[in-house]
Amino acid sequence: MAEVKSEVVIRVRELVVGFDGTTVLDHMSLDVFRGEILGFVGGSGAGKSVLMRTILGLAPVREGSIEVFGLDLAKASESERRATERRWGILFQQGALFSSLSVRQNVQFPMREYLDLSDRLLNEVAMAKLEIVGLTPDVADKFPAELSGGMIKRVALARALALDPEIVFLDEPTSGLDPIGANAFDDLILTLQRTLGLTVFMVTHDLDSLHRVCNRVAVLAAGRVVADGPITTMLASDHPWVTHYFRGMRGRVVASAGR
Amino acid sequence: MVTAEPMLMGKMTGQRLTLAATGSWTAEHAYELEPLVEAVTERRLTAGGVSIDMGRIERLDTFGAWLVERLLRAWRTAGYEADIVGLADHYCALLEEVHNVNRGAHLPPPSHRSIFNIIEKVGRAVLNTVGDFIALVEMWGEAAVSLTRVLRRPTTFRLTSFLYHTQRVGLQAVPIIVLITFLLGCIIAQQGIFHFRGFGAEVYVIDMIAILILRELGVIMVSIIIAARSGSAYTAELGSMKMREEVDALRTMGFAPVDVLVLPRLVALVIVLPILTFIGSMAALCGGGLVCWLYGGISPEIFLSRLKEAVSLNHFFVGMIKAPFMAFMIGIIACAEGLRVKGSAESLGTHTTASVVKSVFLVIVLDGLFAMFFASIGK
Repeated sequence: MAEVKSEVVIRVRELVVGFDGTTVLDHMSLDVFRGEILGFVGGSGAGKSVLMRTILGLAPVREGSIEVFGLDLAKASESERRATERRWGILFQQGALFSSLSVRQNVQFPMREYLDLSDRLLNEVAMAKLEIVGLTPDVADKFPAELSGGMIKRVALARALALDPEIVFLDEPTSGLDPIGANAFDDLILTLQRTLGLTVFMVTHDLDSLHRVCNRVAVLAAGRVVADGPITTMLASDHPWVTHYFRGMRGRVVASAGR
Repeated sequence: MVTAEPMLMGKMTGQRLTLAATGSWTAEHAYELEPLVEAVTERRLTAGGVSIDMGRIERLDTFGAWLVERLLRAWRTAGYEADIVGLADHYCALLEEVHNVNRGAHLPPPSHRSIFNIIEKVGRAVLNTVGDFIALVEMWGEAAVSLTRVLRRPTTFRLTSFLYHTQRVGLQAVPIIVLITFLLGCIIAQQGIFHFRGFGAEVYVIDMIAILILRELGVIMVSIIIAARSGSAYTAELGSMKMREEVDALRTMGFAPVDVLVLPRLVALVIVLPILTFIGSMAALCGGGLVCWLYGGISPEIFLSRLKEAVSLNHFFVGMIKAPFMAFMIGIIACAEGLRVKGSAESLGTHTTASVVKSVFLVIVLDGLFAMFFASIGK
């Protein structure tokens, strides 16, 4: 999986984030390049989701800077922020679908908000997105409470992709999915990345995903990135946590069965 | 980010229409693209086939790709040839993906207009009302069974929960109850004095205030305030728990939700409402007394002595006896609505509203029934 080290789409520098006296991210720096699938790992509670939420503007920054598409979001104006928000899509861990809207309406929601389309086109593109993520048309008029876990994730992905974003943030996308479903989801991400030219920032625990899908992996421990590079670099690393994570019992089984 | 306006320019070469697509065929420009594509689709009757040259397209996303696909399908299903030339390699996968979608027959979203829909709505509303009533009776039954269980084994009663709710719906409600009932007393007194002055019967305002408040208004006002304040809280709490599957979790652990969630709340309300009614009635009498003194010129001594003559213990009890029944009804409605909440936020809102509206309505109805009852036994 050769990737051209191109434009930096997300640049995090010396970021410090914490809550109520504890510091979760401690002067961490990270780059995300255009067109890559970056896997972001770390222990539970280490701050992976916190980093994602901070980049998205959902958590306050104590020190440091975050630039998305070259724009420092803390200093950006309202309209600049909105323009940036149009260019990214997010898949939350539990889906975060709007419970009062049907599946079709959920996917159409960003489109109605930002674009001016005829009803026919709205409908057609929404159905197209649902089929692209692997759902059947009869799902469209169901409500989130009627969907299975795997379907919720797919609908949430369709909604994240509604405006054809350039970056997609995935928060533990395969958690709660059976191995076949998780596999299918990995394939889906690969296909979409290729077809739509996405940059993917994926927070995950899933070793299979890391091996199969990610161009690059970044490891978060003790509030900063301790290892960063393709999966081969991870496997060769000396850092105790990284070794434990990638070369523990589960890791070894995946790595050898792997490719 | 400024992107080039998309354009589609046509040129007839013999029998074939060649279209050159340029600019950004993306979501932002979809509202311009759709009419362009529609216009070309109309032209198929005059040409033998179409070729779309996509070599000079700046950017393409699923919106643009779908519109191209729609165009191709329209021409092909009419029997004409249609194809794409010059497409950049990295967009081929996208067009292929879009080529396969929207093939199945889609059911359009159900429409809402016909007369049958209106009749159906009326029918469903009636069924829902009956369903609501049945749910209330069921909750009443479950609560009664739960109570007998607790009476047989008193140690299983959730005392901490009960005390917590007593504090929330009782103690914390006192300030607002006192404030509202005090003001109510003032208003009644003021209006009474204003109008009774004409008959020189000011001093009988005290009778009016006392009887109205002790028999009727004290209970009604306090019940309504508590229904709005605590009934809605109960419904929202239980509804949220239902939405987050906490009620299911309780059940699977072997607990009956009625025992754990409903009974402490219900008992707290039944014990607290009479106390609050008493406090409210006293506050209203104080308000009335204050206005009588300041506005009506009736000194506190006269007020109190007149009050003693006008009020008998009878009036006081007639008012107080209603309170536990009101509380029971408000509690049952609030808990029943809460446990009927479905999976969406809208459902939570609907049931919370229904809980308060039903409680208030039934408070008044119950009060009417009591009035008839007391009239018939001559009290």
